[in-house]
Amino acid sequence: MTEKQQIVELRTAPHLRQAPSVDQIMRNVVYALLPVCAFAVFQFGLSALALILVVTLACVGTEQLFCRLSDKPTTVGDFSAVITGMLLALTLPPGFPLWMAAVAGFVGIALAKVMFGGIGFNVFNPALVGRAFVQAAFPVAITTWTPAFAPGRFTEFIPTTWTLPFVQPESVSTWVKNVAVDGFSGATPLALQKFGDATHAHINIDHADLFLGMTAGSSGETSALLILLCGAYLAVRRMMDWRIPAAMLLGAFLTSGSFFLLDNQAYPTPLFTLLSGGMMLGAVFMASDMVASPTTPLGVWVYGILIGFMTVIIRLFGGLPEGVMYAILFGNAAAPLIGAFTQPRVYGTGRNKATKP
Amino acid sequence: MNESSKRSKPITLDTFWRGVWKENPVFVMVLGLCPALAVTNTTFNALGMGLATLFVLVCSSALVSLLRNVIPKQVRIASYIVIIATFVTIVDYAIHAISLELYNALGAFIQLIVANCVILGRAESYASKNRITKSVVNAAGIGIGFTFALLCLGTVREILGSGTILEYPIFGDAFQPWVVMVLPPGGFFVIGAWLLLFSWLKERKQRRVVQQEEAARAPG
Repeated sequence: MTEKQQIVELRTAPHLRQAPSVDQIMRNVVYALLPVCAFAVFQFGLSALALILVVTLACVGTEQLFCRLSDKPTTVGDFSAVITGMLLALTLPPGFPLWMAAVAGFVGIALAKVMFGGIGFNVFNPALVGRAFVQAAFPVAITTWTPAFAPGRFTEFIPTTWTLPFVQPESVSTWVKNVAVDGFSGATPLALQKFGDATHAHINIDHADLFLGMTAGSSGETSALLILLCGAYLAVRRMMDWRIPAAMLLGAFLTSGSFFLLDNQAYPTPLFTLLSGGMMLGAVFMASDMVASPTTPLGVWVYGILIGFMTVIIRLFGGLPEGVMYAILFGNAAAPLIGAFTQPRVYGTGRNKATKP
Repeated sequence: MNESSKRSKPITLDTFWRGVWKENPVFVMVLGLCPALAVTNTTFNALGMGLATLFVLVCSSALVSLLRNVIPKQVRIASYIVIIATFVTIVDYAIHAISLELYNALGAFIQLIVANCVILGRAESYASKNRITKSVVNAAGIGIGFTFALLCLGTVREILGSGTILEYPIFGDAFQPWVVMVLPPGGFFVIGAWLLLFSWLKERKQRRVVQQEEAARAPG
């Protein structure tokens, strides 16, 4: 008995500490995503729940299928496919037909992850590739928004959710008219700002609602507060590089701030830019993808600011109301280049070489 | 190539079949991707393009093979191009006369058959070294392989992109078209998927052969 009562553990050097393993990190990201998913379900009801489940299953199933086809040990256990699925579901509109969502999950994993060699080799964020594919394939369905906090959202699905495969989803306008509480306009704050009354639209939107997530939008992108809290958990546990979201938000703030100063009637406020659309979700959970972002200390800042800048440029001058997805994919593509140009000086070389005799 | 030294080698089924499957120009040699990606958004366009290429391939191979001892080595590529261009012009006029719709859909890609590396490659590496019958049989195989590949791309892209096969609807009115499939990126997605499928099949076959050899060796 006395031998087992060890109070102080003494060890000799070296004091090695094990770095967290991949599946440990991934599991923590899943934990961090769960509150966001829960809020999505709370806000959009059963349809959001079905969407998250179906996309996650599609992603995990695709990974399992390709591991089997190539006779490799299965990599489903490392949770990375689960994260891809959850993230992808959170970027889709809540009433998105489930079969299209499954296609998005399949394309995301198959095209962006498995083809490049699985986890650790993906050039682009798989969730965003999946979303970009369905954006290009089904442009109408992915911009069909339904109101948040519809009454009866926990008992019935949004009618478009159970669209049969290969069938066009029916129009939701009559359904929306029946459930909408106070004149739902069928547009997200971003779409209102872009396509609505161009000059004063941004004044009508309450920043507090945007911050808390009381607006329409994609399933999981609405609540900036919740996403920031979940991101903070990951950053504190050192499972995410906090500099990437910080740099991206800074880049977006500076860019939109300078446009706002140029003409405060035509351009939205910087705060609106940060809080609306998928900016927070993209910054915290997608731009910070460990594989597809640069690793050098300076490169991380360049990368983040570039994404923030591109997002604002696409939002203000592109044909789409939202630019986060393409901006992050653009950043992913530029990441190897940024990494190559920002290699840190090796200690003891360079800099003072010229002055020394 | 030592094809010229084995001039007496008889024409076998392999001479033809090799071009269709084992040396398929698109899926194995990965040649002629420009028309394979650009004009395969419907089955009809793919078929038209494939048959036009087949015609030019067979005719130019025959003529190159006939003239192979006359053409000086130094100007052979230019001569091949002139021969190919002759048949492309014939095809161009023919399609224009038969179907204006197809002619407009294929656009500049009919004239660009001249620059199709499958055809020039056949002329350079096969027709200029073999007798006419053998060259024609081989060219027909390659041409049919090319048409087959284009149809593979065209049908998938038409089914997903418009829900039809040869403009006959197979999904009914409520079909949701996958817009991206008729656009250029769709061509890349589909050809990638086909390449993946064929290389997977090939690898599986090789693996099975290796396993059988091992199994045959083990008990003996």
